[in-house]
Amino acid sequence: MSKNKSEYLINRHDNQYEVVIGLEVHAQVTSESKLFSTSATKFGAEPNTQVSLVDAAFPGMLPVINEYCVKQAIKTGIGLKAKINKRSVFDRKNYFYADLPQGYQISQFKDPIVGEGKVILDMPDGQKEVGIERLHLEQDAGKSIHDLDPKNTFVDLNRSGVALMEIVSKPDLRSPDEVNAYIKKLRSIMRYLGTCDGNMQEGSLRADVNVSVRKKGSKEFGTRCEIKNVNSIKFMQMAIEYEANRQVDLIEDGQTIDQETRLFDTKKNETRSMRSKEDAHDYRYFPDPDLLPLEVSDDFIENLKSEIPELPDEKKKRFIEKFKLSPYEANILVSDIETSNYFENVIKKSDVKLATNWIIGELFAALNEKNLEITESPISAGNLSKLINLIKDGTISGKIAKTVFEQMMEGDKDPKKIVEEKGLKQESDPKALEALIDKVIDDNRDKATEYKSGKVKLFGFFVGQVMKVSGGKANPQLVNKILKKKL
Amino acid sequence: MSDITKQSLSELVENIKSKKLSSSEVTKAFVERSEKSKELNAYITEDYANAFNKAKKFDEKPNLDLKLPGIPMAVKDLFCTKDLRTTAGSKILNNFVPTYESTVTQNIWNEGAILMGKLNCDEFAMGSSNETSFFGNVQNPVDKNLVPGGSSGGSSSAVAAQLTPITIGTDTGGSIRQPASFTGTVGLKPTYGSCSRYGIVAFASSLDQAGPMAQNVKDCALLQEVMSTYDEKDSTSIDFKRNNYSKELTKDIKGKKIGIPKEYRVDGMPKEIEDLWKKGIEYAKDCGAEIIDISLPHTNYALPTYYIVAPAEASSNLARYDGVKYGFRAEGENLIDMYEKTRSEGFGAEVQRRIMIGTYVLSSGYYDAYYLKAQKVRKLIKNDFDDAYEKVDAILTPSTPSSAFKIGEKTNDPVSMYLNDIFTVPVNLAGLPGISIPAGHDAKGYPLGLQIIGKAFDEQNILNIAHAMEEKINFKNNITDWWIK
Repeated sequence: MSKNKSEYLINRHDNQYEVVIGLEVHAQVTSESKLFSTSATKFGAEPNTQVSLVDAAFPGMLPVINEYCVKQAIKTGIGLKAKINKRSVFDRKNYFYADLPQGYQISQFKDPIVGEGKVILDMPDGQKEVGIERLHLEQDAGKSIHDLDPKNTFVDLNRSGVALMEIVSKPDLRSPDEVNAYIKKLRSIMRYLGTCDGNMQEGSLRADVNVSVRKKGSKEFGTRCEIKNVNSIKFMQMAIEYEANRQVDLIEDGQTIDQETRLFDTKKNETRSMRSKEDAHDYRYFPDPDLLPLEVSDDFIENLKSEIPELPDEKKKRFIEKFKLSPYEANILVSDIETSNYFENVIKKSDVKLATNWIIGELFAALNEKNLEITESPISAGNLSKLINLIKDGTISGKIAKTVFEQMMEGDKDPKKIVEEKGLKQESDPKALEALIDKVIDDNRDKATEYKSGKVKLFGFFVGQVMKVSGGKANPQLVNKILKKKL
Repeated sequence: MSDITKQSLSELVENIKSKKLSSSEVTKAFVERSEKSKELNAYITEDYANAFNKAKKFDEKPNLDLKLPGIPMAVKDLFCTKDLRTTAGSKILNNFVPTYESTVTQNIWNEGAILMGKLNCDEFAMGSSNETSFFGNVQNPVDKNLVPGGSSGGSSSAVAAQLTPITIGTDTGGSIRQPASFTGTVGLKPTYGSCSRYGIVAFASSLDQAGPMAQNVKDCALLQEVMSTYDEKDSTSIDFKRNNYSKELTKDIKGKKIGIPKEYRVDGMPKEIEDLWKKGIEYAKDCGAEIIDISLPHTNYALPTYYIVAPAEASSNLARYDGVKYGFRAEGENLIDMYEKTRSEGFGAEVQRRIMIGTYVLSSGYYDAYYLKAQKVRKLIKNDFDDAYEKVDAILTPSTPSSAFKIGEKTNDPVSMYLNDIFTVPVNLAGLPGISIPAGHDAKGYPLGLQIIGKAFDEQNILNIAHAMEEKINFKNNITDWWIK
């Protein structure tokens, strides 16, 4: 089938290799306060201004679970169509580091809050299902800053204790493109749910990438390497490509792959060994005795289910069925909650087909050029809706509309006002048009004669002249009609 | 009024309420006696000047409705006290001054008590003799060069020597009851979840519990009533109906069924302990209790289970003392070197031993064999008690397998030291309340204690039994003030 079209394979000599990828995504829970303390979580605050005694692990301080973060994790689980575990356990992951004040991270090891689920990807050649292994809650560590002083390392604990969801996929991904689609879809679902803002620049979403390769057709998994803490989709894709090729080269060279943790060097575009399996930390996980097992009731889960908004997959289905959008158009419009909200606001009072084209076409291009998000669009949904209605009712032509649109991009002006002020209203009075057309024919008698003698190609010339003389305002349909008659 | 320091808490409260004594007079008396008793080394940090100020303030506007009106007291140095150094008996916290107050001490100050200072204890509460303290060992007022027990050794010594009318300790495996037994005082370890752990330097989180130590059962009951509150800041705190323990205290225990567990007759138990236990049974009968033989079949496994669970939790709880944020730091070549030097120099030998044991039992490949198995045994030990409480209301045992020993006698033999906790650790593992009351003397004249173990949340019942037996026993501590020149 068409499946082979986008198959990502690495060819070496006569061998074809398939790449197997699994992701551990760390998504910061959208929450005012931290997972086990009441400190704020605002991004970009002055170092060490959002640190409680609990976050800094002072003697005798104890963690208290933030119920809101638990709700956020369960909502995310519901969005991933996953099993919600009514009983989960917080464990301590023990290791020493300067930005880990407790000397352990509170995480969930054996009993995560969310079990198996799935994510549907829309790939060019059809849908693909990616399995979710689990989702668990854990605290983030602080940040070590090594480059402020030649001798000392500084530690910022603002992030220490911030709630993260670790979302572990099954090894179901097969290409950098699928990874791209997976991260985007995950991000989209969480943004619809309001459980993670997905802001990769601010580190709200980052991933450990597990990569292995195997000969095409093989059922066995190869030895995997884990690339730690990659913080952009582009870097994930680059890291996978590099790492998969590195592994294939090793195999082709008759060598074996060591199971190890690697780092991606974004400057050199290569992965480097960080530590081997033998050097792997023994984290000495055990249930945190400061926290009782987390138990949630059926009612608690049901209440959260009732708060779940329409998610991208369902919204896409509705857009296709109700608005007759193509799957391609629907995909683009549902890809993030803000775009779909914008779209739905525009079509409240205007034509769906035109709105779709204008949003996907003009608006996206203009925003892209100015490097703006849809939420920062200078043109409000209401005004775009008005513009579309002006086109629809024949007040302005599509061409004029582009001029109006450009002016709207400079500041959110009412398109009606722009049309009035600049006199851009379309000329649809047949009498006025006839006069115009007569003049054009008069001015171009020789061409009119040629047309009549059979050079029908010249019709376009006349249309162009009429439009030019009218300053682009002549109603093109009427111009066509009258010209045909007159010539 | 003479002999203020000989008065019990109840007497002092009564005298302050009736204005026969002022808080300042009482504070002065205990501070003066404490000053004369430096040889006991009961204090790590004295805070006398502040205590006098607080007493004076109290006297200016005395609130006599409080439960501990203007009562001075010193507390174990494991409780974080705002603006007063808190060391946990360790070099690694030698310079640590908390900016916050533990819930338990806050509850006590809220009822009008006044802090005099911080009492010595084994380092991070790890010890049974107060010999592991960075601040030196503590003398038992009963006799020179005798250990006061541990880890709340400064507390037991201070109460027995009447340097403080009452005090608080913490009990992870016997650290309140064993020192109480060694010094002829009363110590209660409440049900796990009764007293908040917020602001108490952690040793083993699933076992640690704060409790009162006093001259008599009634004083213990009053202090427990003040200490014990539900606290949202401690996720293991339990919201149950707490009695007014002192008000509801009664000596009427007629018909109470008291169990005698046969497994507590351990091999090599000294005859005088056996005899004490027998005497205890007679006292209980005299009080009208019914004695029933019971079995706690997994008792033998309690000590090894404890010495897996407690060090495992400790190894993780003590990871935060790394020289990075607060406390002692030894400079190093790099981060790892700094960690190693800080923790090697900052922790004493016993703490290091337990961190290593704990790290070992949690290590991959050993976790299932040790930690997981210990948790299973712990559940069996708990089940033993649950079964027993189908038949009895409380359980009576000796508090310790021997009387207090000499300083230095067991320091090179950790296992023999650990054996001291044999009767107390099962209670912690099961999360139950237990109280030690003085019940007699051995041949050397050293105090011996009996332990009464209750059902969870049934502090009132064991306090009542202890109260009734206390009267029959009529224990007198032979303290000669040998350390006062």
